Amino acid sequence: MPLTTNTILICAGGACISSGEESVKEALERKIKEYNLQDAIKIVETGCMGACSVGPLMVIYPEGVYYQKLTPKAAEKIVEEHLLKGRIVEDYLYKGDKGKIVPQPQKEIPFFSRQVKIATRNLGIIDPLNIEEYIAKDGYFALYKVLIEMSPEEVINIIKESGLRGRGGAGFPTGLKWEFARKSPGNEKYMICNADEGDPGAFMDRSILEGDPHTIIEAMTIAGYAIGASKGYVYVRAEYPIAIERLTEALKQAHEYGFLGENIFDSGFSFDIEIRIGAGAFVCGEETALINSIEGKRGQPRVKPPYPAQKGLWGKPTNINNVETLACVPPIIINGPQWFRQWGTEKSPGTKVFALAGKIKNTGLVEVPMGITLRELIYEIGGGSPTGKKIKAVQTGGPSGGVIPEEYFDTPVDFESLTQLGAIIGSGGMIVLDEDDCMVDVAKFFLEFTVEESCGKCTPCREGTKKMYEILEKITQGEGTEEDIVLLENLGNVIKDSSLCGLGQTAPNPVLSTLRYYKDEYLAHVRDKKCPAKKCRDLISYVIDSTKCVGCTACARVCPVSCISGEVKKPHEIDQDACIKCGSCFEVCRFGAISKVTPALD
Amino acid sequence: MSKIKSLEDLMKIKEETLKNVKMRESGKRGKIIVAMGTCGIAAGAKETLNAIVEALNEFNIDDITVVQSGCMGLCEVEPTVKVEIDGEIPVTYGHVTPENAKRIVKQHIVAGNPVGDLIVKQGEE
Repeated sequence: MPLTTNTILICAGGACISSGEESVKEALERKIKEYNLQDAIKIVETGCMGACSVGPLMVIYPEGVYYQKLTPKAAEKIVEEHLLKGRIVEDYLYKGDKGKIVPQPQKEIPFFSRQVKIATRNLGIIDPLNIEEYIAKDGYFALYKVLIEMSPEEVINIIKESGLRGRGGAGFPTGLKWEFARKSPGNEKYMICNADEGDPGAFMDRSILEGDPHTIIEAMTIAGYAIGASKGYVYVRAEYPIAIERLTEALKQAHEYGFLGENIFDSGFSFDIEIRIGAGAFVCGEETALINSIEGKRGQPRVKPPYPAQKGLWGKPTNINNVETLACVPPIIINGPQWFRQWGTEKSPGTKVFALAGKIKNTGLVEVPMGITLRELIYEIGGGSPTGKKIKAVQTGGPSGGVIPEEYFDTPVDFESLTQLGAIIGSGGMIVLDEDDCMVDVAKFFLEFTVEESCGKCTPCREGTKKMYEILEKITQGEGTEEDIVLLENLGNVIKDSSLCGLGQTAPNPVLSTLRYYKDEYLAHVRDKKCPAKKCRDLISYVIDSTKCVGCTACARVCPVSCISGEVKKPHEIDQDACIKCGSCFEVCRFGAISKVTPALD
Repeated sequence: MSKIKSLEDLMKIKEETLKNVKMRESGKRGKIIVAMGTCGIAAGAKETLNAIVEALNEFNIDDITVVQSGCMGLCEVEPTVKVEIDGEIPVTYGHVTPENAKRIVKQHIVAGNPVGDLIVKQGEE
């Protein structure tokens, strides 16, 4: 292999691929070939680098220059200027606060420098399809240590001491889970990796599988040894084709190198992994529904107990761990439990990956120590609001979670603290809401999702969530009553108490938590027919301020129902009866003459 | 690929690969800067660059970064190459043909003796 002068790490995470990574890569390759530099410059496609809002991204080493928002044209320019002549192309550099150009943001910008990467340690660093790069980053050394030097009990003890808790949502201690499966009688056991990531907006598991598939293979094999299983399954949704493709290739490589299969490292331990592709039902992330799905049955939860550790897949003792949880295992084995405990809190040690979304500047994937405050996470790492509008709350934990208002932003992020506030860490989705977001509408959004995803087994969840959704719809249309709010709360509590699985037990959370903190918004909708955030279409009207309108006709031209009238250079007017409240005029007006009012005009 | 059975096998792959991975990152002994302005390229800097890379590879050197820069301003002696080893005075070479490039790598980088007859300048500007 010839020595390289530059290595380009180009982010091939899902978000960057959708924003055009492939065409950028093609342009790079074409231009590099044109200058006959293909032997001296290496291009490596890596996993998600985390800064999804500025993708497609790449980092050019050895300088470590970080380029963002790339296009094929940008790629050509970078080859000609940077790679050929060593001149950094400023146009595409990462820009910090106030447009300050930062060539090496990974060292200088809090979004990068405040992160502690354990589960995502190799993302954006190694080539996921090259097993040797994984080995270079200490890959499969933990497996060797476990199989040659440790007993299964010792492995379980290390994980227990580390305090690692399940990153999939419930936060159950991982070591304890392994112990239950180990102690469960039977000589046929199974190890499952739950990669059925379903929360809207959360994509850490996908990113890990895409960017570092070998860490999952290694961790599953370690877990298999610890619990006494010789067979593992990765249950991953069909919507993750790149993750499946890379994992399949990684499994092949692991077989070739002897990290999977018979008699691994001559230890006498044999283990193999198969991929099971799910059809993408939210409920299949629930472990017993997932087991049903692997068995070829309909994805519906089973009654617990018996727990999977007692009677799981094919009725045999089974252990299920989430992708991110597993990704923490090899480094804990290598560095020891105390190393892991240096981050996080006593009860929630280590780090957690969050997917930042919504009204926040740096959307993307971040891994931070547990116990960090929401304020640090949202303002320092997330960069705060992109528009300067006031951030109102953050929604955590997706459809199973709740909202946390701004006044609680100094709360440390750990399993217990967020639960106390009526939200959860969940799988790590964080949606930042500002003054333009209506809390009733947010609750409705998540409920719509659970109504769709309820498997239908339990009546309270199947019928109850639908009923709750209908009430929310009534409220947002201005037809709700105060009794509806009481009913909503009762119904929510009943569904929580009487559903079989986690989906139903948590489905009312978005409604209950918004009711807890933002009852005034609900009341404004039903009493005054007002939507304080001016979001609910039936409760607002668009009006033109005749003193500001210059009669440019932009609004009239863009209106899809032609309800805006007026002469050129004279104030225009909206026909409220014909207006469909699409907001097109509001967006197009350059004079700030159009505004929203609530309640709606008659 | 034969199956890996020992820690030594694993270490071997780690070290081999680490060399390549390390190439991307900093933490090196020094660097060779090839002036690749339009004038340099016209004078054959591209071939020089490739020759340097090949020579480094031939001698199995992994702690030297090769970087390109713009024109150094010494257009009459292009292609020019500057060798910066940590803790030593930087040396600029002129008329670096692919053959001379190989000599520089062999004599300066490997053996530690600057190539006298090619030196244009020693020290910073």
